[in-house]
Amino acid sequence: MSHFDRIVVGAHYGLKDWLAQRITGIVMALYTLFMAAALLAGVNGQEGWRALMSHGFVRFFTFLFIVALCWHAWIGVRDIWMDYVKPAGIRLTLHSLTAIALIGYAGWAIQVIWRL
Amino acid sequence: MPELIKPRPKFLNLFAIRLPLAGYASIFHRVSGIGLFLMLPLLIWLLDKSLSTPDAYAQFKAVFDCVLVKLLLVGLLWAFLHHFCMGVRILLLDIHVGIDKASAHNSSIAVMAVSLTLTAVLGAKLLGIY
Repeated sequence: MSHFDRIVVGAHYGLKDWLAQRITGIVMALYTLFMAAALLAGVNGQEGWRALMSHGFVRFFTFLFIVALCWHAWIGVRDIWMDYVKPAGIRLTLHSLTAIALIGYAGWAIQVIWRL
Repeated sequence: MPELIKPRPKFLNLFAIRLPLAGYASIFHRVSGIGLFLMLPLLIWLLDKSLSTPDAYAQFKAVFDCVLVKLLLVGLLWAFLHHFCMGVRILLLDIHVGIDKASAHNSSIAVMAVSLTLTAVLGAKLLGIY
């Protein structure tokens, strides 16, 4: 493929996504350790669970986690489509469905924690 | 040297390729990522119900206590733990920690060992074994 032959569903051959994958991964890893510690400290029934998740800092961190997760999943799933699906039309469809699903999931999950 | 430009057959027989352990750890990273992505609606639904009204919490408990759901969650627990451990390994490789062949092999053993051990310990808890 010559470099004039770029397709719209290519990777754009940049560093940005690679770096975003790392940064979002680190955010999620830190959140995981934080939540593991919080859960190990003990949660008392549903009231305790709600109290933990509605705490200001936890909610802020959970919000970051949700955004990081969806961004991370977007790059990862897109990479899989790019590895295995070659026809540009099908790939574009799968990319679009993946992005739409992840945006919807992000909205849903943020709503779950933000209404607390 | 004409033998060098002979067209060689492209050969990708997945059953004839022997992957090193790091190769398996890597493909499991991909498989676990897909699994987590596909099950996101279930996970968000569980989070939603678990944080909502007492009625919704009862709904959450009913689904959460179903054995098949629990087995699925143990699978997802493994997926998460493997993806987490492998992710840490990838980040270390990115900053050139453990890139020689022996350390890379050892770190892939560590990824498998830690993720499987934690899955066993936390999964047994999830299944109510202790």
